[in-house]
Amino acid sequence: MEDITVKQLKNVVVLFSGDSGDGMQLAGNIFSAVCAILGDDICTYPDYPAEIRAPQGTLGGVSGFKIHAGRDVMTPGDHCNVLVAMNPAALKRMKKCLAPNSVIVIDVDTFNAAELQKAEFTTDDPFEELGIKNEVIAAPLSTMCLNSLAKMTDMPNKNKLKCRNIMALGLVCWMFERPLEHAVKMIKEKFASKPDIAEANIRVLQDGYNYGHNVHASIAVRYKIEPKIPQKGTYTEINGNKALAFGLIAAAEKSHLELFLGSYPITPATDILHELAKHKSLGIKTVQCEDEISGCCMAIGASYAGDLAVTSTSGPGICLKSEAMNLAIMAELPLVIIDVQRGGPSTGLPTKTEQTDLLQALFGRNGESPMPVVSATTPANCFDTAYMACKIAIEHMTPVIVLSDAFVANGSSIWHIPSLQDYPDITPHDVSADMASKWAPYIRDPQTLTRYRAIPGTEDFCHVIGGLEKDDETGKISYDPQNHETMVEKRNQKVALIAKDLPLLTVKGTPDADTLIIGWGGTYGHLLEAVTLLTEKGEKIALAHFQWINPLPSNTEEILRSYKKIIVAELNSGQFAAYLRMKFQNLPYMYQINCVQGQPFEEDILTEQITQIIKEK
Amino acid sequence: MIEDTILTAEDFSNGVKGRWCAGCGDFGIHSSLKKAMAEIGIPPSKTVVISGIGCSSRMAYHLNGYCFHTIHGRPIAIASGCKIANPDINVWTICGDGDSMAIGGNHFIHALRRNVNINIVLLNNRIYGLTKGQYSPTSERGFVSKSSPYGTVEDPFRPSELIIGASGEFFARCVATDGPGSVAALTAASKHKGTAVVEVLTNCVTFNNGSFERIYSKEAREENALYLEHGKPMLFGKNKEFGIVQHGFDLKVVKVGEGGYTLKDVLVHDAHCTDRTLHTKLSSLEGPDFPLVLGVIRDVAIPTYEEEVENQIKEISEKKNYHNFDELMKTQTTWTIE
Ligand SMILES: Cc1ncc(C[n+]2csc(CCOP(=O)(O)OP(=O)(O)O)c2C)c(N)n1
Ligand code: SF4
Ligand SMILES: [Mg+2]
Repeated sequence: MEDITVKQLKNVVVLFSGDSGDGMQLAGNIFSAVCAILGDDICTYPDYPAEIRAPQGTLGGVSGFKIHAGRDVMTPGDHCNVLVAMNPAALKRMKKCLAPNSVIVIDVDTFNAAELQKAEFTTDDPFEELGIKNEVIAAPLSTMCLNSLAKMTDMPNKNKLKCRNIMALGLVCWMFERPLEHAVKMIKEKFASKPDIAEANIRVLQDGYNYGHNVHASIAVRYKIEPKIPQKGTYTEINGNKALAFGLIAAAEKSHLELFLGSYPITPATDILHELAKHKSLGIKTVQCEDEISGCCMAIGASYAGDLAVTSTSGPGICLKSEAMNLAIMAELPLVIIDVQRGGPSTGLPTKTEQTDLLQALFGRNGESPMPVVSATTPANCFDTAYMACKIAIEHMTPVIVLSDAFVANGSSIWHIPSLQDYPDITPHDVSADMASKWAPYIRDPQTLTRYRAIPGTEDFCHVIGGLEKDDETGKISYDPQNHETMVEKRNQKVALIAKDLPLLTVKGTPDADTLIIGWGGTYGHLLEAVTLLTEKGEKIALAHFQWINPLPSNTEEILRSYKKIIVAELNSGQFAAYLRMKFQNLPYMYQINCVQGQPFEEDILTEQITQIIKEK
Repeated sequence: MIEDTILTAEDFSNGVKGRWCAGCGDFGIHSSLKKAMAEIGIPPSKTVVISGIGCSSRMAYHLNGYCFHTIHGRPIAIASGCKIANPDINVWTICGDGDSMAIGGNHFIHALRRNVNINIVLLNNRIYGLTKGQYSPTSERGFVSKSSPYGTVEDPFRPSELIIGASGEFFARCVATDGPGSVAALTAASKHKGTAVVEVLTNCVTFNNGSFERIYSKEAREENALYLEHGKPMLFGKNKEFGIVQHGFDLKVVKVGEGGYTLKDVLVHDAHCTDRTLHTKLSSLEGPDFPLVLGVIRDVAIPTYEEEVENQIKEISEKKNYHNFDELMKTQTTWTIE
């Protein structure tokens, strides 16, 4: 009997892949939660097919779920240690994620002539055909399911086979020495209303685990993830969209405002609507509107009436909302606009990630219409981002755009559940009764240039506001040329002054670095990982990652000017780089790393590109 | 403010004079709206007026209340959000025929379908006034305007058909020059719980003068308008000598006392009838064979959207065990490291 090697790794990547109906997401979710509960950092990334009803077994129907678990995990990882391929199509599609030492688990029962053909293999040896030389664990997962559940005579075979994902999960849990108790608990919760399905899944989970144990002669590697020292606290696993929703809920509670969402479904933003719609017991009102314009307009109406108002969408929806967003700028009403970016233009790549809406968010409206823009860096960070966006919107009487992206929205990370006591208060900028006699709608706080909110129902504050230009003092309609320029300037200044309330830009990396990597939003994990790797290799490099794009942190220029080389890395053709050039002339030489493939950065390519730039004289 | 202060039209005036062309119908409805608001008795501080863009929408600048002059086509969506957020305020929407049925058509029909309790005042002048005279979705086929110099080749909407077809439960029609008729229609719209539309026929003297000649003056209305009142027979004419009777599958105008028709044969108006057929029919009657129908044509009470939202919140709140952020967090799958 050959001895089994146990590889001790700092972190591991597992990729579950199969047909979109194979339940890969569930298996992946449970595995990541189990790792998280055992104290690992995790980062997950689902890869859905764009077509919902691609025929079963075809390449177009492959769906994947990647889990990166262990210490210092910042990205979902590029290459996997273990690839689970439930059918030949999955093997073919996910081949790109294999490293030479990756182990492949297949359901050998599906590697038959019919399935091979559906996956467009031309020979009967898919491994040979793809040139795959990795170790393969060929487990008969389908047969094993039928055998495990033979005694459950009431259950049709079709349903028994639906447990294949959990059978695979059981095996993977064995490979990574993950005890099953948490997985069992999650399955029970998930199928609480269907006890027989819960029972079947728990049984196959155990049998999958036992299979690993019993046949380990044929499995050469098992992995042990180095335990890390966990920090005290209560944790959960959270994806970006849910964290955004929770951030909004927290901000509503802290500001004592009711939360209102006007939205129209669009990938990858819809889950924000789904999440908030669930929580009626928190008094949240969500309206699924007739279109995005209405979503934004209803939110404006709700804001006018005194709610914390939000509208959520993706790029195409922002196009539709932009006229209404400008109304919020002109009427100076608080509004949070969430753009979960996807690949564009037009319908583009609906399920893929990009950072291509940056300039649209900053400038994509008629007239000079300054709008604060903040970006979310990780799934868990979405909570703080949403919270801060609400705080700025409410306290500065302005719409604020939150830029998330498909990667952050669907990926998940560990989130330390906060106590709201630790979050700053949010105070609506309301009129006070003593202002009544001297108040006009555009009278401003001289410090922040913020006007005062008077919501309908407040006695003695009847007034008119609207989209036409207003007189600086009286708030009446004004076509006066000089007044218009004054108002344009005040609206600009008002947004610029928000910088005083924002955290300063921080830099991570070696103190004597001469190269600065610059990023923003959802690329944080990838850039930090690259900087960490390169620093370990002795490169003098640092990272400045931006959350606030407008206004920029007030120390931005100072930081930019203290490096010899600046590399702006982003998932577009150079939008943030262009913005920085516009804001700060004659910067030290600025390089760009750009990727517009609808995918997150790939670590290997990224570090290689950075290394090349560092080498350049 | 003392609750039972009697309000007057002046309380709803902000002192800013209307800037419409001399003779524009919008002056008339401005004055009727203030009177109706006074009659309704909800104080200005609880009265919200949200308008779009158009000559008609300038109304927001000439009223005392919480007034919001928004963007073209969107006031109904904004008003819906406002009302859903705060059901305690009385929300009016002022919009033109272009504003509500061209650029804002989607919001218009969906507001009606949802039945948010807002009052939509649709100022129909069958033209784009503010942009200086293009045809609108209510201009007749063949209408000659700056954008249709050889006449349009498209049919208009009948607002009533659109409204009732979109399951609108309140529809009234009035003429801008008819003060009492307008005040009555506007007041009824505000009292109705649900989306209420008042179509105001208003003459654009500058770009579409004479569009409503048949009913624009008091004398003309005496001859050509049928004022509907719930529970009253459908009589019209100078001396109420004409009546509407059912005739096979259709309606017919008869002279009461002639041709064997008596008062008993004349249809009695039922604004509360849930079936939409006759309301649709009545509101699409046109000359020369028929009178134009004015007044409250349909007024059917069903639960409003915002009531249903509040009910659901109440119901779900009772069922669920979390009512704040901390409690919500306890419902998540969590683990604690001590
Ligand atoms: C997005 C947008 N498109 C076009 C316009 C130009 N515009 C303003 S009012 C109007 C039409 C007005 O017609 P109607 O709604 O019937 O109002 P009226 O002026 O007749 O009262 C148009 C086309 C605009 N303001 N905004
Ligand atoms: S253009 Fe027509 S609708 Fe506009 S104010 Fe003049 S008369 Fe009235
Ligand atoms: Mg018009």
